[in-house]
Amino acid sequence: MSALAPAQAIPRLEHTGRVTQARVFLSELTKLRSVRSTKWSLFTAVVLTIGVPAIAAAVFSHHWPQASPQDRADFHPLELTFVGVQISQLAIGVLGVLVITAEYSTGMIRASMTAVPRRLPVLWGKAVVYALVTLALMTPAVLLAFVVSQGILSGRHINIAFTHAGVPRAVFGAALYLTVIGLFGLGLGAIVRNTAGGIATFAGIMFVLPPLMNVLPASWNSAASPYLPLQAGEALLALNRGNQLAPWTGFGVLCAYAAASLAIAAVLLARRDV
Amino acid sequence: MNKHPREGYGAGVIEARNLTKDYGDKRAVDDLTFSVEPGIVTGFLGPNGSGKSTTMRLILGLDAPSAGDVTVNGKHYREHAAPLHEVGALLEARSVHTGRSAYHHLLALAQTHGIPKRRVHELIDLVGLHEVADKRAGQFSLGMGQRLGIATALLGDPSTLLLDEPVNGLDPEGIHWIRNLLKDLAAEGRTVFVSSHLMGEMALTADHLIVIGRGKLIADTSVEDFVARASAKVVLVRSPDLQRLRVVLEGPGITFEGGERGSLEVHGLTTEQVGDAAAEHGIAIHELTPQQASLEEAFMSLTRTAVEFGTPAKTPEEAAA
Repeated sequence: MSALAPAQAIPRLEHTGRVTQARVFLSELTKLRSVRSTKWSLFTAVVLTIGVPAIAAAVFSHHWPQASPQDRADFHPLELTFVGVQISQLAIGVLGVLVITAEYSTGMIRASMTAVPRRLPVLWGKAVVYALVTLALMTPAVLLAFVVSQGILSGRHINIAFTHAGVPRAVFGAALYLTVIGLFGLGLGAIVRNTAGGIATFAGIMFVLPPLMNVLPASWNSAASPYLPLQAGEALLALNRGNQLAPWTGFGVLCAYAAASLAIAAVLLARRDV
Repeated sequence: MNKHPREGYGAGVIEARNLTKDYGDKRAVDDLTFSVEPGIVTGFLGPNGSGKSTTMRLILGLDAPSAGDVTVNGKHYREHAAPLHEVGALLEARSVHTGRSAYHHLLALAQTHGIPKRRVHELIDLVGLHEVADKRAGQFSLGMGQRLGIATALLGDPSTLLLDEPVNGLDPEGIHWIRNLLKDLAAEGRTVFVSSHLMGEMALTADHLIVIGRGKLIADTSVEDFVARASAKVVLVRSPDLQRLRVVLEGPGITFEGGERGSLEVHGLTTEQVGDAAAEHGIAIHELTPQQASLEEAFMSLTRTAVEFGTPAKTPEEAAA
């Protein structure tokens, strides 16, 4: 470490500026991109989104001649394209939780809230920046996933064309879906303010709650399940409607979950001690 | 001093009125009323767990008071449009993302106010961190973390500085630097409010003291008065006829110490009282000296009752540290 400058040399700041939402967006972008774990999580999400369906497509193509009639009947090329999304949604959601809970676990939140004492611009800043970054990365990722996996499947002529009704909606919808999942995670993280608790809450609602619904009477289960965040959101990715909401209705329900989590987080953030 | 006073300098004042904060059943800050004036270093002194950090958090609006009020430059901290230009804060518990470099930490905070990158580089150089500016803050030593905290506090060129235990973990060179820095900042007309549990440290830097214990205000006074108050009634006297002097001085509440080699420490009387009594009885006095209690002793005697005995429950500030 070098010698310290004499204290008299403290440089003065000529221009002073006020806090604006636009400046907080820029600040949050700096925060997001300057942490190694963020880069790795997003990189992993992109790789899984593209790589897993590519491998699955290769495996299916290879085994297709020996596949049973039942296997062939169950096979759906578009669902195969989205197997990577099924995995990367966990990474995106967990990173959404971490974007906010890491500030609490490290104490950074005190610096953030001292710089922006009105607090809410920080929450909106995180949400908007994380959503835009996720959307910007995952849109090309799901497009590539589609192109690569369907390209491999086309060798056996078992692929689906991008022009097929509903496919563009499902492909671009997958990127939107991941983005909103990330926001849901961020909202939950901001409510819980604890990394382990936030991840457990997110994973519980997304992946543990659906099978638990089976303990309900069947009619209740089938009435309620489509409204769970996971099922509701996945409606946007499906071509054939099973027991699911209409694509955009389902997506709207998922958006409502994310919006509700962020709204609760905002109310709590404004009221609670940091 | 009058280098280039930015508008509003000299007006930086922290005003706390009946400030109170409860965490559950525990009262961390209890009815504190004080004001911090610009142009001097004000020491905020108290034993560990006495509510200093909580008070700092209340000033910064991180915690909301249970009762009472505190303002900075006439407004609640939260209401300032450009808070980093008003108040620069170094909080005791580390407030840095461990995975982020010092440079990006400062940059992200600077960007909230549109403070240019050049300023970030200047401050990194100023606190001597430029060789480690790209290292993750989690790898920093305590001393480096404190320097980063100082850089954070100075980022917005604030008129008021709020520093919680700034010398913690610093090497002697760093401690010396901080002392001069605080004095220089005050000499520029800024308001400097610095907490410590170390009396000796405050004796070297502070002009004025606000002393708390168990969340309550114990003293709000200049450093000299603080010492005087605690040591006014201890007098060292040397006389060839101590035996007789002792008889003359005896009275309720008056005690003696020593008595060997012709000197005696009298507790409970001022130099004037001892001198007058000796003169009245024609006793020769060879020395009559008021005993300056060290600042440390003064602090201990004033806070003794305020310090919590037994196993102190963890306050939230300690738990968060």
